[in-house]
Amino acid sequence: MSAQIRVLLAKVGLDGHDRGVKVVARTLRDGGMDVVYTGLHRTPEEVVTAAVQEDVDILGVSLLSGVQMTVFPKIFALLKEKNVEDMIVVAGGVMPDEDVVELKKMGVAEVLLQDTPPQQIIDTLTGLVEARGAR
Amino acid sequence: MTKTIAQSTPEEIAAAAKAWEDTEVANFIARAPEAKEAYFTLGDFPVKRTYTAADIADTPAEDIGLPGKYPFTRGPYPTMYRGRNWTMRQIAGFGTGEDTNKRFKFLIEAGQTGISTDFDMPTLMGYDSDHPMSDGEVGREGVAIDTLADMRALLDGIDLEKISVSLTINPTAWILLAMYIALCEERGYDLNKVSGTVQADILKEYMAQKEYIYPIAPSVRIVRDIIGHTTKTMARYNPINISGYHVSEAGSSPLHEAAFTLANLIVYVEEVLKTGVKVDDFAPRLAFFFVCQADFFEEIAKFRALRRCYAKIMKERFGAQKPESMRLRFHCQTAAASLTKPQYMVNVMRTTTQALAAVLGGAQSLHTNGYDEAFAIPTEHAMQLALRTQQVIADETGVTQVVDPLGGSYFVESLTNDYEKKIFEILDEVEERGGTIKLIEEGWFQKHIADFAYETALRKQSGEKPVIGVNRYVLDESDVKIETHPYDESTARRQVERTQSVRANRDEAKVQTLLEELVAVAQDESQNIMPVTIQLVKEGATMGDIVEKLKAIWGVYRETPVF
Repeated sequence: MSAQIRVLLAKVGLDGHDRGVKVVARTLRDGGMDVVYTGLHRTPEEVVTAAVQEDVDILGVSLLSGVQMTVFPKIFALLKEKNVEDMIVVAGGVMPDEDVVELKKMGVAEVLLQDTPPQQIIDTLTGLVEARGAR
Repeated sequence: MTKTIAQSTPEEIAAAAKAWEDTEVANFIARAPEAKEAYFTLGDFPVKRTYTAADIADTPAEDIGLPGKYPFTRGPYPTMYRGRNWTMRQIAGFGTGEDTNKRFKFLIEAGQTGISTDFDMPTLMGYDSDHPMSDGEVGREGVAIDTLADMRALLDGIDLEKISVSLTINPTAWILLAMYIALCEERGYDLNKVSGTVQADILKEYMAQKEYIYPIAPSVRIVRDIIGHTTKTMARYNPINISGYHVSEAGSSPLHEAAFTLANLIVYVEEVLKTGVKVDDFAPRLAFFFVCQADFFEEIAKFRALRRCYAKIMKERFGAQKPESMRLRFHCQTAAASLTKPQYMVNVMRTTTQALAAVLGGAQSLHTNGYDEAFAIPTEHAMQLALRTQQVIADETGVTQVVDPLGGSYFVESLTNDYEKKIFEILDEVEERGGTIKLIEEGWFQKHIADFAYETALRKQSGEKPVIGVNRYVLDESDVKIETHPYDESTARRQVERTQSVRANRDEAKVQTLLEELVAVAQDESQNIMPVTIQLVKEGATMGDIVEKLKAIWGVYRETPVF
């Protein structure tokens, strides 16, 4: 029996669209994962600090305001500053294909866009943790 | 030999329907079963195989009534689109005031008859463009407005006595309205001739859209002050657009959209009444905003039921006397959440059927979404096509010639009755549980919205809710390209330059004195916050100056999320 997967879901910046992140939170909780959701309007600092404190496997950041190319570099810089190397960072929301390519180059493990079926979200995240291996 | 409809009793009609079920239907189904055991609307109302006069035989005749007459089920006006079409009001906003001004003029040139403004996240949330929280967000999802100078650029060359402008903004609505009023005064307009709308519906922000700054009590007081101010000074202005749209987009069912919006209405009316203003003095200017989702007849029934419920609430609960206080007028937008990225041109068809339902439901104003809005904010081309969709409905289909053409449809009237009944049940439950504000704080509305959003995600996954291109008729689109609206990287620099220049050139002592006066007004609930805010923006105060000053006395709101 593998350990329960721990996930921190976060909303960063001024974006208030929380329909998707709440669906994902419930999906993962119902899928047996341990889920913490930060609530709205957090800074990258708050989110990374919480992810480190909670010692999560996955940090999921939801954005529907188009600021992914501003937010994710900040998150990776903060993770590096804190010497976190094995945290899986996942993006979710509405973002253009060009940005998806750039985000993956930056180190985002997966980008889950709108209309991703709930079971596919569970399977993707489980697969990412399995691929990383035990810590 | 056969009886006319008028000669048939409901009992006879019901008996005929029963006989039909037992013979024709039963025999037919024995050979060719129906696709499903039971049928439901998108909002989970059960629907029967067909409806007859027996289904609406108990409906009070007045409840259906006639257009322009209480309870306005069939429309707020007696002639509806025979007199004037609905206002075609495409929302627009990106970049700086100048950038959006160009889009406004493009849309007016294309035949749009009203303006609607989308603001960027910092403006919506009360941050100036040079605040650290605004990093990356300036002019991205809407237009950036920090000062009166930006408002001048936004509306340059547009005659505000001739075209109505909607400001889609909430926690900072009173500041934007102050800028709008200051601009009208600068241009020498008669404020009583200026029509338009400011959204200013803060309660649905806590429920759904989540753009809020201050705690609920001072935020509702600001809304009260906006209504109080325009009631006295702007005879044709809508000081609030009480909105279900965002409740729906956040995931709710159409029923909850309708009921929660009326729950919010009740709070606002009660707050304004406490200041001693009579209901008939402000109710005629209350305006609404609803979504039109995919279930065609359900949406039409929802709009008709909303008009009926509103009329009854205003008359029976608040004692309104004037018909104008009881007739619900609404802006409508097709459902952005129904748009898909796969096979994106299918969005045009979705938007068309939703727009047709909005028109058959009697909307006063309509925004049709662009086909590219699952990618980014819309391009000129997408907006032009969306506007053309409305123009085809208005000019080519003939549906505008008859008022409430679905009035009397056994099904639509029956579903309208079902909606009315359920809406009042929810309003009663809200009251029994301690009222709207208490339930917002407890996350009660938010939980209902999140539950239906989750249910919808599961239904899409199972295919129970078909979405073309997503869970059926899927194509490989790995090589599909779409041209989307580009973000101009120079936006933040251009915007910040103007804001800083306004700050550098104002009479700082005067601004500071007025900010102290603002605090005094804010702390005295018997005063109205609008006049001092209008003075502040005229003197070059930024939105951020005003918002931050009041954060110091009111604090900020933070929700406990439920899911």
